[in-house]
Amino acid sequence: MPITYTSGEQVEVYRFSIPVTIFVPLLSLFVQAFVPLRFPWFAVYFDLPLLVTIFFAMARRSPIAGLLTGAFIGLAQDMLGHNPIGIYGISKTVVGYGASSLGVKLDVENAGARFLITIGFYLVHSAVYFTVARALVNMSQSWSWSHGIWAGLANAVLGTFLYFALDRFKQRT
Amino acid sequence: MESVLSRYRNLIILVGVLFLQVLGLAMQVKRGNDTQDTRLIRIWAVGAMSPLERSLVWVRNSTGVLWHNYFYLRGVRAENRQLREQIEQMRLEQVRLSEDAAQAHRLQSLLAFKEQFVSKTVAAQVIGSSGSDMSRVVYIDKGENAGIRRDMAVITAQGIVGKVLMVYPTVSQVLLINDQSSGVGAILEKSRLQGVLRGAPNGEVMLERVMSDEQVAAGDVVLTSGGDQIFPKGLPVGAVSKVGNGKDLFLTIKIKPASNLSKLEEVLVLLEKQERQAIAEDKRVRAADILAQRLPSVPDKLPAASATGAIPGSSAQSAAAASVVTPGSKPKITNPITPANAPPAKTVSPVVVPGATSTSAQQPISKVPDSSAAAKPKISVAGGNATAPEVPPADVAQEKPATPAPAQSNSQPAADNNDPH
Repeated sequence: MPITYTSGEQVEVYRFSIPVTIFVPLLSLFVQAFVPLRFPWFAVYFDLPLLVTIFFAMARRSPIAGLLTGAFIGLAQDMLGHNPIGIYGISKTVVGYGASSLGVKLDVENAGARFLITIGFYLVHSAVYFTVARALVNMSQSWSWSHGIWAGLANAVLGTFLYFALDRFKQRT
Repeated sequence: MESVLSRYRNLIILVGVLFLQVLGLAMQVKRGNDTQDTRLIRIWAVGAMSPLERSLVWVRNSTGVLWHNYFYLRGVRAENRQLREQIEQMRLEQVRLSEDAAQAHRLQSLLAFKEQFVSKTVAAQVIGSSGSDMSRVVYIDKGENAGIRRDMAVITAQGIVGKVLMVYPTVSQVLLINDQSSGVGAILEKSRLQGVLRGAPNGEVMLERVMSDEQVAAGDVVLTSGGDQIFPKGLPVGAVSKVGNGKDLFLTIKIKPASNLSKLEEVLVLLEKQERQAIAEDKRVRAADILAQRLPSVPDKLPAASATGAIPGSSAQSAAAASVVTPGSKPKITNPITPANAPPAKTVSPVVVPGATSTSAQQPISKVPDSSAAAKPKISVAGGNATAPEVPPADVAQEKPATPAPAQSNSQPAADNNDPH
C-alpha cells in the first residue's frame, strides 16, 4: 500500500486521447520554436515542452509513462537544435519520472502545489541539463541562480494557467 | 528475484532509458559532434515542424502585406520625398566611391591581390528556431532544392548572420554567430587587428584573441576577415560595444552585431563567392600606360618615318588620326630606335617639323608632337608615384576639346597634373 498524502479522489489516474497525446507535445514544440522569432526572451525564460512533460506526468501518475513522455518530448526538442541529441532527453526523462512519482504521493490538482512543483522541476531540469552538457558533452555552460529562479517563476506562472487549460483534455480511467 | 524486479521496475526502466540516451550521447560526442551523423533523426523533427512554421509565416506575411500595402499608407508621401532626397545624396556618394574603388583596384592589381566577392545569393525567409537559448539556430525556408549547401554564409543587408549547418530538401538550419560553437574570422576596420568572433553562453557576441596591449575603443567597426573561408572579406559584422581586460593577456571585447539576430525575417544565403584578381590579367595596366592614356599628345604609334628622318607633315592628317587617344585604349609607346632597327648614325639627322604650330592650329584634333618629345617621352615613375610628362599646358588646352570625353575619373587627375598652378 503506497503512502500518499492525498485523498482517494485526488490520486485518480487520468488518461488522454491519442490526438491529445500526440498533438499537445508537438504544439508545445512548435510554439517554443516559433514564438522566439518575434519574442526572443521567450526562449530564454520559458520551456513549454517542460511544462507539458510535467503536466502529462502528473496527470497519468505512472512513472514509466512519465519518463517515456519526458524522453520523447526531450529528444524531439534536441532534434530541433544543433547540440548532440539526448541532453534535453535525459533532463526531461528525469523530470517526467520525478513528476509522475510525486503525483502519486501529493495533491497536484491545486494551483499552489502546481506552482511550487513547476519551480522545483524547472531547477531540477536546469541542473540535469547543466551537468550532462558540461560533463558528458563538454559544452561551456555557466550556472546562474538568479536566471534559474526567475525563469522558474516565469514557467510556474505560465504553467499554472496552462495546466488548467489542459485539464479539459483529461479523461477519467 | 522476481519480486525485486517488480518492486524496482520503475527505477530499472528509468535507469535503462537514461543509459540508452547517455550511450547515444557518447557515440555522438565520440564522432566529433558532427550533426551529419544524426541527420536522419533530426529530419523527422524538422519535417514535422517546418510545414506548420512555413504556413504560419505565410499567413503572417500575407496579413502584413495586405495591411501595409493597402490600408496603412499614412506618411508614405513624405517618406517618398525623403527617400528621393536620399537617393540624390547617395548618387553623389556613389561617384566619389567609384573613384576610390577604381584607385583601390589599381593598387590591388599591383600587389596581385586576390579579392573575394559575392557573386550569387538566394533570399530566404526565417521560419523557425530551436526554441532554446542553448542552441542558437534558426530555420530558413530554402534547402537543397534551392542550391543551398553546408557551410554557406548567411547574411542580411546589415551584416552577417551565420552559416548553414544542416541542409534538408526544403529547409536549412543556420547556426547564428552568437552561438557558443560559432566562430568567425573578424577584423577591426580602423586598427586592422584580427580576432575570432564567438558567441557567449548568454547570447552575446565576443571578439576573442585580441591582445590586451592593443588599442580598441567602443564604436570601432568590425568586419569579416575572410580567414574562416566561409564569409567573404569585408562584410559588416557589427561594432564594439564594450572593451574590458580579460584573462590570459587578451581583451574582452563585446560586439553589437550589425544584424538584429533576435528578430530575423529575411536573409540572404551566399551560394557562390568567387576569388579573382582585383583586375583581370588581360586588363592589367602599368602606371606608365595610365599616364600615356592621359596624355593625348603622345601618339599611339610613332610614325616610322620620324625615325628615318622623313617629314611626317605631309601626312599630318593620317598621323593625327592615329594619335587620337580614346578612353580605355592602351596607346603603345614604342621606341623606334632599338638596337635591331636603329639606322646608322650618319643617316640620322635632326628632324625639323615645319609649321608644327600652324598644323596644330589647323588640326585641333591632334598634332604631331615635337620629334624630340616623341622620341623621348619623359615619363618617369619614382617611388610608385608616376609623374606626368612635361607637356606644355597650352598643348593640353588645345587638345582637350578634341579628345573624346573620357571617363571623369580618368580625365580629371590628368588635367590636375598638367595644371601649371
